[in-house]
Amino acid sequence: MVDFVLNGDAVSVDVEPDTPLLWVLRDTLGKTGTKFGCGVAACGACTVHVDGVAARTCVLPVEAVAGSEVTTIEGIADGGARHRVQQAWIDAQVPQCGYCQPGMIMAVTALLAENPAPTDADIDDAITNICRCGTYSRIRSAIHRAARA
Amino acid sequence: MARKKDTTEGKPRSRARRRFLIGSTVAAGGLFVGWQLLGTDGPPDPVALMNPGADEAALNAWVKIALDGTVTVAVPRSEMGQGVHTALPMILAEELDADFAKVRVIGAEIDKVYVNSTMLPDGLPFGPHDDSFIARQGRQVGRWLSGVIGIQATGGSTSVRDGWQPMREAGAVAREMLKQAAADRLGVRAASLETEAGEVVDPASGRRLGYGALAAAAAKIRLETIPALRDPSQFRIIGQPKPRIDIPAKVDGTATFGIDVRLPDMLFAAVKHPPVVGASVKQFDPAQVQRMPGVVKTVAVPGGIAVIADSTWHAKQAIEALDVIYDTGETPGFSTEGLFRTYAAALNESGHEFQDDGDVETVLEAAGSNVMELTYRVPFLAHATMEPMNCTARLDGDRLELWAPTQGPMVSQWIAAGEADLDTENVTVNVTYLGGGFGRRAEPDFIRQAVACAKAVPGRAVQVIWSREEDMRHDTYRPATLAQFRITTDDDGRPRAWANKLVGPSVSGQATMRYISMASDSGPDRTSVDGAAWLPYAIPDMRVEHVLSRVPVRVGFWRSVGHSQNAFYSESVIDELAHAAGKDPFAYRMDLLADSPRHANVLRTAARMAGWDSGTKTKGAPAGRARGIALHESFDAIVAQVVEVAVEDGQPRVHRVWCAVDAGIAINPDTIAAQMESGIVYGMSAALFGEITFEDGSPQQSNFPDYEVITMGNMPLIETEIIKSTEAPGGVGEPGTPPIAPAITGALFALTGQRVRELPVSRHDWSGFGS
Repeated sequence: MVDFVLNGDAVSVDVEPDTPLLWVLRDTLGKTGTKFGCGVAACGACTVHVDGVAARTCVLPVEAVAGSEVTTIEGIADGGARHRVQQAWIDAQVPQCGYCQPGMIMAVTALLAENPAPTDADIDDAITNICRCGTYSRIRSAIHRAARA
Repeated sequence: MARKKDTTEGKPRSRARRRFLIGSTVAAGGLFVGWQLLGTDGPPDPVALMNPGADEAALNAWVKIALDGTVTVAVPRSEMGQGVHTALPMILAEELDADFAKVRVIGAEIDKVYVNSTMLPDGLPFGPHDDSFIARQGRQVGRWLSGVIGIQATGGSTSVRDGWQPMREAGAVAREMLKQAAADRLGVRAASLETEAGEVVDPASGRRLGYGALAAAAAKIRLETIPALRDPSQFRIIGQPKPRIDIPAKVDGTATFGIDVRLPDMLFAAVKHPPVVGASVKQFDPAQVQRMPGVVKTVAVPGGIAVIADSTWHAKQAIEALDVIYDTGETPGFSTEGLFRTYAAALNESGHEFQDDGDVETVLEAAGSNVMELTYRVPFLAHATMEPMNCTARLDGDRLELWAPTQGPMVSQWIAAGEADLDTENVTVNVTYLGGGFGRRAEPDFIRQAVACAKAVPGRAVQVIWSREEDMRHDTYRPATLAQFRITTDDDGRPRAWANKLVGPSVSGQATMRYISMASDSGPDRTSVDGAAWLPYAIPDMRVEHVLSRVPVRVGFWRSVGHSQNAFYSESVIDELAHAAGKDPFAYRMDLLADSPRHANVLRTAARMAGWDSGTKTKGAPAGRARGIALHESFDAIVAQVVEVAVEDGQPRVHRVWCAVDAGIAINPDTIAAQMESGIVYGMSAALFGEITFEDGSPQQSNFPDYEVITMGNMPLIETEIIKSTEAPGGVGEPGTPPIAPAITGALFALTGQRVRELPVSRHDWSGFGS
């Protein structure tokens, strides 16, 4: 059994300890907002927060988060109110197919927690997630928008 | 999630209501030529197709209205990021005069009324502006045949082009029905009433009636004729940047993609395909992995093997552990370089001539040694959608249900029925959101595999998920092709005779053979010359032919299809001609566009946006940078792009892109801008880095680390201008892609003098240039 906190709730999962957190979230706990993209931590679609820090979960064994606080896209809104990054994503009309966007939003919320007013260069360095729809321009403008909010 | 219930389930329960709704169904059924030609089944039943709830009334097969005024529009096209779940409702809402804030979307059922009658005519071997009798007849037959087959598919940038008329008519019919219902209630003539944002207004009395309160009565109204459609000058919704309806669910994790489908007691399957093209599975032993954690069953599926388990991870572990013996097939030594040698030999053959204007050979012969010969080539490309291929299926007795991120629900239903030996009426297809499509999700391979897995575990849903490696190694690639040009110019350097021979496989033929086994790929495939033939430039003698050279690799529709490589060829050659003539590439093109004012206007707009300066070597770019320009028409839209490049640390870098687009009447300008950016980035990834290469029969790339794509760090600044137009709407999902490659390579030539005749750009050495 591996115990951790998911979006504020204690959870306990009975899986092999080397199972990647991604599949525990998706298949065991039914939290499908976190996506599978590459399986090698290259694309960032599976990004969540582990103790507030962005982590790519397709290669992260669940045993590594034992006792940690894990936050997924389902857990960043404050009750009924969207997180300011989510709102910025709507205001800037960022998503197209939308598949990479939960991972993008999780990467960006982690960035803003650490660096509340990132420059373009900071963004380039920190946000390395892949979006095949090419929404990067709008992502950049939404990050600046969220930073001002 | 779009829901496509089968009609056998819907019809009996709707029969009681059918009689009093018949008026509206007749009105709706009279809308379309294609539908009328079908005739035999009678008009579509809006109740069966729209499944209205107790507080809703279906006015036709596209729209139902709830008591609270919520307008629900059925969209028969897949949302894969292109914004169709907003654009088509905008068109209907315009004529309906709906309050767009109250518009909701559902996926439409599979029914012939939702036919896409633009795809087939688009594939005919006539130029887009060919107005000859035979071309017009051909298109008409194509539309009719589309209706007979009932093609319900998303692709070819057809959704808005095809939906423009039916969605407007469906909205206008519903509006007039609501007005008539209001007129009956108010005791006035319908013609004296007006509509405004979800209400019928009586200007004489000032009384207003909401659509919600009128819908039930309106559903019983019968119209004799199709109402007049609104003049574009009166549009209130079309042309306004509307927030996309699907976006809120895409920022909170609730949007359901194929991979997110969760059903009670479901299982998960991982697949493995033969590593070599043309190979097949010979032998494997299920017992080898049967005792691994969570494994339920190991089965042969079309194209490979699947392990079904209780979780994706368990399935993946087991399939990786499974030892398989393969029959190597007939092409174990297949390689990209070998293929290009085959292609080069095929240049000696004559191909299918799609265009043959004037007398090319005579002019070329007369030119003697003054003939420019150029050879270009492009590699195979993967689609690399963010969501890997997947499909969920459940077989329950003689009922098969699919949950699929597919561009082709009708074909999926048909293929699935065949795999399960069922009638199509017994197959329900639920279309989820698509995590990218780009043409890949028009294929039925992952559908077949899901059905095979479902058959192995009756009564339980199975979700088949490909790993990224399987997705990239077993894609239906954009084909590698070869292009040869022989051109002679007049005294001013303008092209006088232009002979272009293209060599490669038939994408349409191969794809059709995957849908229908008895099909053939030997017929002319227009996509092979799209973007090479029927150029907007004045070229007196021009011939474009395609030599079919089959490949053992699966090839398919890749964003903009033939345009993706042919625009690179054609526009690069125009650039070479401009250079040879000592002329500015913008001015040179403008000179050739004297008879194509619409194209000229788009090109001029892009140049103006960029501040293109014909008088300087860098065309107005700052020091250390240079600019290139390209123009291309595809899918009824014309796009011109100017790019500004540099070479930094030995790597080409695109800093800025200016994009002008004339896509006819703009439905949602914000979506058009987004699609231009999207098409540019997709094309940039391909132009700069994209290639799938084969050695010893195997693709050498398998995941993002070795199939590099644009990310935030090398993203250029993109500006888009949408040209105001009164022409019918064009496509926007694909047309942004074709011009970017030649614009980039043209700019690199201007900067370095190095001409890229072989993509991607990363194959070439740039270390001697720039900073």
